[in-house]
Amino acid sequence: MALIDELRRALKRQAVLTAREACVAFECDALTAHRQIPDIVVLPESVEEVQAVLRICRAHGVPVVTRGAGTGLSGGAKPVAGGVLLVLSKLNRILELDPLRRIARLQPGATNLSISNAARPFGLFYAPDPSSQIACTIGGNVAENSGGVHCLKYGLTFNNVLQVKILTIEGEALTIGNEMQETCGLELLALLTGSEGMLGVIVEVMVKLVPRPERTELLLAAFDDIARCAEAVAAIIAAGIIPAGLEMMDAMTIKAAESFAHCGYPADANALLLCELDGVSADVDWQILRVSELLRTLGATLVRQAADAAERDRMWSGRKSAFPAVAKLAPDYYCMDGTIPRRRLSEVLAQIAALSQQYGLPIANVFHAGDGNLHPLILFDAGKQGELHRAEELGADVLGLCVAAGGTVTGEHGVGIEKLGPMCLQFNADELNAFHAIKAAFDPAGLLNPGKAVPTLARCADYGALHVHQGKMPHAHLPRF
Amino acid sequence: MDADATEPIRQRVLAAAGRGSPVRIIGGSTKQFYGREVPGEPLNMAAHRGIIAYDPAELVLTARAGTPLAQIEATLSQSGQCMPFEPPHFGSTATLGGAIACGIAGPARAYAGAAKDFVLGVTLMNGEGQSLRFGGQVMKNVAGYDVARTVVGSLGSLGLLMDVSMKVMPRAPQSATRVFELGAQAALRQMSEWAQQPSCISATCWVDGRLFVRLSGSDAAIQTAAARMGGEAHAAGGEFWSAVREQSHAFFGGAEELIRVAVPALCAPQTFSGECLMEWGGSQRWLRNRSDIEAVRAAARSAGGFATRFRTRDRSGDVFEPVPAAQMRLQKTLKAVFDPRAIFNRGRLHAEL
Ligand SMILES: Cc1cc2nc3c(=O)[nH]c(=O)nc-3n(C[C@H](O)[C@H](O)[C@H](O)COP(=O)(O)OP(=O)(O)OC[C@H]3O[C@@H](n4cnc5c(N)ncnc54)[C@H](O)[C@@H]3O)c2cc1C
Repeated sequence: MALIDELRRALKRQAVLTAREACVAFECDALTAHRQIPDIVVLPESVEEVQAVLRICRAHGVPVVTRGAGTGLSGGAKPVAGGVLLVLSKLNRILELDPLRRIARLQPGATNLSISNAARPFGLFYAPDPSSQIACTIGGNVAENSGGVHCLKYGLTFNNVLQVKILTIEGEALTIGNEMQETCGLELLALLTGSEGMLGVIVEVMVKLVPRPERTELLLAAFDDIARCAEAVAAIIAAGIIPAGLEMMDAMTIKAAESFAHCGYPADANALLLCELDGVSADVDWQILRVSELLRTLGATLVRQAADAAERDRMWSGRKSAFPAVAKLAPDYYCMDGTIPRRRLSEVLAQIAALSQQYGLPIANVFHAGDGNLHPLILFDAGKQGELHRAEELGADVLGLCVAAGGTVTGEHGVGIEKLGPMCLQFNADELNAFHAIKAAFDPAGLLNPGKAVPTLARCADYGALHVHQGKMPHAHLPRF
Repeated sequence: MDADATEPIRQRVLAAAGRGSPVRIIGGSTKQFYGREVPGEPLNMAAHRGIIAYDPAELVLTARAGTPLAQIEATLSQSGQCMPFEPPHFGSTATLGGAIACGIAGPARAYAGAAKDFVLGVTLMNGEGQSLRFGGQVMKNVAGYDVARTVVGSLGSLGLLMDVSMKVMPRAPQSATRVFELGAQAALRQMSEWAQQPSCISATCWVDGRLFVRLSGSDAAIQTAAARMGGEAHAAGGEFWSAVREQSHAFFGGAEELIRVAVPALCAPQTFSGECLMEWGGSQRWLRNRSDIEAVRAAARSAGGFATRFRTRDRSGDVFEPVPAAQMRLQKTLKAVFDPRAIFNRGRLHAEL
């Protein structure tokens, strides 16, 4: 086949995989229910090789799906039949790290954690810290505008990226953004961040590094009642305090995390809040006092401050291993990712519990409460006839709740293939048309990651027909399509 | 006074689109000087005003584009909150829409972030009179391309900003200002050293051989930092920062051209001759007495930055840094996505847009 021959000429022979046994390793990202064995996988080792791949694919009119580490949770890196899977994991070098300018320049396949590790000797770190940070790549982070537990205070990927270099599907190189993070012309960096590999292939990223805080403290609070825990979240923020992290867990997650990580959580609590405060020492002093006092006033049954870094790590370990811990409770789990206004937290959690009852599938909640970013984990058994489908239906209904509460169908995991349906609840036809036109401005032939991130209007028509009768369609008075 | 003027505005847009005749978007008329000259009938957004939603515990405020910045700041201030990017007003009638469309930030920018860091969602009226909602009113939202942040600083070239949702933050309990007698090079080195450490610095400005540093936080935090950094206390800090933000400081007086340069913070001071005021740790520099914009641009470019004719009499040429051809093609296509007949602020950002 001419395509494969050309790719083999452009890349090292072993960098082009076509054997099924080799390609099967790339059949899905972390949304494992959806698989497609790629026909061709390429593993370039330089930007020039990436450029060559794009030019060849463009010339052949062959779709290209870019993949970093494949930790995405929405199927963004799922291969497309008949396409090329462009895997950037070999481009994993840190090109430059300058403590004076507080920047790092990275190849797209550098892992998130490698940046902070390299910056540590200089007292600096890269702030966005998705739980997948040992594995996920900076290219993937930019493509998803990933978050982490420290977003509320330190921002998302967008707020911490200075410049990206992309290749268009034509193989044309564009440098977008600058070291000052200042807009020059139209703010294209905003369009690219979170664009899920639809607009261009990110081949280099410059990020901002920030000084490690002088002091970090962690408070753990337990509550009998999840609604009261949610109130505490709002109260802390209303008191003028922006915690570095503010994470909540429900009863099922607390128990699972405790038996998994032995992290010292009160296993009988109905809700648990972890509140990390950092900054200059004198500020952390008063914030610790104020937050502890608030938590007690709002009915926390336990408020504990980590005595030292070791205890802090132990207390965090439960939260950080919450997904694998919950995963032990059932053969399969499905992680959702909606964001809602914080004031609706307890109401939406109650509605989620009701849906869980209705579908007969348990849901564990562990989430970025400070951001109002929910991660309901739906437990199911894919081995049982129809359960996967039921879990997906339940998930879509949960996202419908988020939209109805004034929120969004995805806070940080992206749309991918997973949330194409729920996207129709959040955006109307005119808005979706604008998205398709933006895609076409970058990629007129529609070869980059086709079929992801933005639903077609036809798909929405089907989805609307399915879901509108349940009364969840927002803007019901607007014309539909 | 609060009113939703969406419908009358839509009628104006449809009429302009029908005739293919351009409109000049006007908020509070305080930043009309900024950007290239624009043809067309004025389209005034000031009547479309009012705060639509604000809940301090949410850290989100949504307001119509014509809402005066002063009204928003007064409302936020009652709950001890603020817009951390400190948008300059340049006049009492400044509106939110104008501030976001211009994307200009004040002294805190290098420490707290820019306008684009705080915009969460917008409603944009496109050139066909459709109201499109992008982003949202929640802290995190990655559904769809991030058009909401893309319109920040686009000077109305993509469409009419109808309303804006932004993240707001608690105001620091206290602020104090320290002054240091330092040359430009020493000031840059000093600011860079501080920036590598955790600190409560919230603004920096070097002018006339003196470096001003604003500290924000609790009393105790400010005192600790002041003791560590040294310098003299500056009693009139509040007035000073407001004069820098609003460009009422003596440096900005006079009628000659004002050039704004954005460069990596450590760029050597001698890169740019003439009178200079530096902010943001050195990454924003204001130049007076320079009319040779091409020379300034060349110097800025070779340092990794760019230059803007911020206040200039000649608004027919490149007020903003020219964009490389490949990117300009893309920007033109993007403009056409939202404004196919190019009716909105034609040429304000770039002649081609
Ligand atoms: C256990 C676990 C925990 C997680 N925790 C978090 C969390 O806390 N916060 C969070 O935000 N996410 C989290 N995630 C999701 C995921 O890790 C992030 O979305 C991450 O950014 C994906 O990076 P990746 O390199 O694996 O990208 P991939 O999965 O390989 O790709 C993701 C998307 O980006 C595109 N892409 C990748 N690289 C490029 C590139 N160079 N140029 C253009 N497009 C590209 C792909 O086409 C795809 O659409 C978690 C995932 C797991 C499995």
